[in-house]
Amino acid sequence: MNWAAPQHGFADAAMIAAIVVFATAGDILIAAAMRAIGDLDEIRGRSGLGGAVAAVLMNAKFVSGVFFMALSFFSLLFALSHADLSLVAPAATSLTFVTNAVAAKFFLKENVDKRRWIAALFVCAGVVFMSF
Amino acid sequence: MTFRRYLVLAVVALTAPVGDTLLSLGMKQVGPISLDHLSTLITAVGTPQILLGIALLICFFASYLASLSWADLTFVLPATSIGNVIVALLAKFWLHEQISPWRWIGILLITAGVGFVTQGPSYTETAKEEPQLQGAEVRQS
Repeated sequence: MNWAAPQHGFADAAMIAAIVVFATAGDILIAAAMRAIGDLDEIRGRSGLGGAVAAVLMNAKFVSGVFFMALSFFSLLFALSHADLSLVAPAATSLTFVTNAVAAKFFLKENVDKRRWIAALFVCAGVVFMSF
Repeated sequence: MTFRRYLVLAVVALTAPVGDTLLSLGMKQVGPISLDHLSTLITAVGTPQILLGIALLICFFASYLASLSWADLTFVLPATSIGNVIVALLAKFWLHEQISPWRWIGILLITAGVGFVTQGPSYTETAKEEPQLQGAEVRQS
């Protein structure tokens, strides 16, 4: 990992922050869309695969979520062409676990209990350790 | 949670890390991209590794959407992080790569985190749905 290179530190942090912010916005919007749409298996049972695909694609939150996911994806590609995968992937992935837990609690009103906080923090720390 | 749903979570878990690794391999081939030539990002999509990576990430996305339709985001994300552990174990026992003690600690932490979250409920029932149903019953009566 390249933590000790101050000249690249700010640029790396900015690229990672962009990935995390866009990914979190995308995840929250898509999760909100899927919650509003309901169980896809049930929709497929009632209206077929085409009906399930149409229900997803016609949802405005889903489309906005995909837009933010695309921004996150191109930010990742951009970051990977400048910084090491061993820095970008674990940092972005682990931070996204925490930002998603916070955003899911406030925006999706999910029941983020002690068990889920511990899980998010364990996975976050685990992803960092895996990069060493 | 049925077996089929655990299977969907397994697809989410495996396709994401393998797809990301293929993207990384592809972008290493393309080389650094400057801010003045951002259009190179579009042409980079034609690289075989990136194409395969994108195909896997499409599989990931479809199964991810399905899982979010019956489980919380804060359940799906930690539960599917076991994919990182599976990839590391494949690297160790299939590719005979060395796994440092730090990585073993990471594997233990992720596995513990997955264990924690999968013991709990997978979906938060919102109170919003009940008044709508009650309202519908009142209208029907």
